[in-house]
Amino acid sequence: MKNHYAQYALLILAFMALPFLVDAVPFLGPTWVRILGFAMLYVLLALGLNIVIGYAGLLDMGYIGFYAIGAYLYALLSSPHLNMVGLAEGVLNWPIWIIIPLAAVLAALCGVLVGAPVLKLRGDYLAIVTLGFGEIIRIFMNNLDQPVNITNGPQGISAIAPLHIDAAAWSHAVGETPRTLLSLQAKWSVLGLQVSPVISYYLFFLAIVILAIILSKRLEVSRIGRAWMALREDEVAAEAMGLNKRNLKLLAFAMGATFGGVSGALFSAYQGFVSPESFTLMESIMVLAMVVLGGMGSIRGVVLGALILSIMPEVFRDLVNWAQPFVLDNVTFISRDVLRNVLDASTLRMLVFGLALILVMRFRPEGLWPSQRRRAELHELDAEPTAPEAGLDGTPMQREAVPQDLLFKEADKV
Amino acid sequence: MQATLDILLQQVLNGLVLGSIYALVALGYTMVYGIIGLINFAHGEIVMVGAMVTISVLTMLAGFGFAPGVLTLLLAIMIAAIVCMLMAQGMEKFAYRPLRKAPRLTPLILAIGISIFLQNLAMMIWGRGYKTFPEVVETRPIEVFGATITNVQMSIMVISVVIMFALWLLVDKTRLGKAMRATAQNQEVAGLMGININRVISATFVIGASLGAVAGVMRAVNYGQADAYMGLLLGLKAFSAAVLGGIGNLFGAMAGGILLGLIESLAAGYTGQITGGFLGANYQDIFAFIVLILVLLVRPNGLMGERQADRA
Repeated sequence: MKNHYAQYALLILAFMALPFLVDAVPFLGPTWVRILGFAMLYVLLALGLNIVIGYAGLLDMGYIGFYAIGAYLYALLSSPHLNMVGLAEGVLNWPIWIIIPLAAVLAALCGVLVGAPVLKLRGDYLAIVTLGFGEIIRIFMNNLDQPVNITNGPQGISAIAPLHIDAAAWSHAVGETPRTLLSLQAKWSVLGLQVSPVISYYLFFLAIVILAIILSKRLEVSRIGRAWMALREDEVAAEAMGLNKRNLKLLAFAMGATFGGVSGALFSAYQGFVSPESFTLMESIMVLAMVVLGGMGSIRGVVLGALILSIMPEVFRDLVNWAQPFVLDNVTFISRDVLRNVLDASTLRMLVFGLALILVMRFRPEGLWPSQRRRAELHELDAEPTAPEAGLDGTPMQREAVPQDLLFKEADKV
Repeated sequence: MQATLDILLQQVLNGLVLGSIYALVALGYTMVYGIIGLINFAHGEIVMVGAMVTISVLTMLAGFGFAPGVLTLLLAIMIAAIVCMLMAQGMEKFAYRPLRKAPRLTPLILAIGISIFLQNLAMMIWGRGYKTFPEVVETRPIEVFGATITNVQMSIMVISVVIMFALWLLVDKTRLGKAMRATAQNQEVAGLMGININRVISATFVIGASLGAVAGVMRAVNYGQADAYMGLLLGLKAFSAAVLGGIGNLFGAMAGGILLGLIESLAAGYTGQITGGFLGANYQDIFAFIVLILVLLVRPNGLMGERQADRA
């Protein structure tokens, strides 16, 4: 057991050391530390969506809406925008210990609002309706620059203050520099190690991700988590066992949305700029793919999926940008226009991503690193006792008991 | 007031044109859903491919010296429809068929993957920008009680009605149609009755795809252009239309499509007036979703859908 914790501590230490290493490597540098920071935000998002899809089995395709709500909340409450349009006196600069819980609560409320009307719907209807909600949120953000300029429309909100704690002032006069107690924008050093702002952000996000992982794990094994999974497997049977379907589903929506809202607020502070562009349907699908690729319901899988899908595209972009001039110079038998279309980094990336989604669903629907239970369900016919799989820490995992009747159950519903 | 009424007739006509396109796409969704209970997310992409292939073929035919005209257009549409049908058949055979017994979400997510894949493949082939639809048929405006409609828009409506009638004949009167209805009711029993269900399901996909291809061309002609992104939103709206009418029900999809077209065009024309300029026509795209949500709240089985027990 002690060994267990030591392993986790080592893993965390490795993740803490990662940005310093990346920063030191010449061809990676701060750009890649920044990418790692975004990867952490995606992990947070994927963990949130995992609660909704993985645990409760509700396919939410408008998840990015909650991310948008968190992001816009932070943007409005700590940027000069509201002051500029005359809705606030002074430049708002709320401290994070107010904004982040507020983002969590607001997102959760929206989660309940979205969830309540669609609870009765079956899985695939739910997907389309939530997708509609996500689009509605985005279209409103795109158009709410009139009659009252709240979101500044497609231009988005810029000059967002970095993450900071400030006990005294919630706003400051125009033109004045805010007085902050602890800002992630400041440089600091520990044990002679220079910590740049982008690394501080990463470390802060990492801490929140670790918190989220612990929370997810506790939820998974809690009474509520088990109730969610029971609902996912068979609603009728779960209700017959006395589970309150409505409350449980709403709770799943709210919990998932909370993660999204917090992640959105952090994103806003990290990027310093938000616009509706960042919250398109494609982003929702991207987060969904992270959960699916890693393995729905499996925390380690989801983390892995999020890391792969947020870092790979960047690697891909570098690779394509590097290869493009070379190919354009040397391949002459195909027209240059066609080549340029084919070698477009974002198109190629999405193409590969779509293909990955197809292949994973077709050949490995349980994901790359699934939980034991899920794998057993999806491979009901070829199920055979396998050797205990090594866990995150290398020690054999305790195999979850999978009752025989579950193995042979006709699982035609998620 | 007179101005408002003039707009009304114009918007109704626009809505009918838009609605007949939605209806054709919605039929593709509803047929597939009716028979295997799958939301074929990639159907919108098939519509897009139909439009893009037609444009490419028309450009190519013009290069070969074909005179622009109705026959050239028909030839192009036929080629596009064949491409779409082959795509749908391949999709069904290699992606959906092996997953027919899998949990519901698996094929749905797979369909989303196909949709993304096709969209980006189209971007590689045709580029990111839009393609203008070549002027193959001369467009003439027709005056109807003060409102204008073009001969092209008129033919869009007429052709949709003809296609829908033909589809009804196919489903209601032919052996294949009977087999489709039987398969939709119960695959296993239909199989026991000697129906080759794989073939029937494949045929359903293929017929839906051909309707989609025609609808894609109509949309491209109506707006004068097409791009690789057009399938996604069109598909979502058409799906909303199918749900509005009661998914799985052919007449429901037709009625739902036309109703959605009317709602959208009237809403786009009047939201500004009703809300006193607070909400403008740029909210047009959300009406489909709002309608979808409201319908599912009030009448989850759609306007014409029958009540059916949850398939556990």
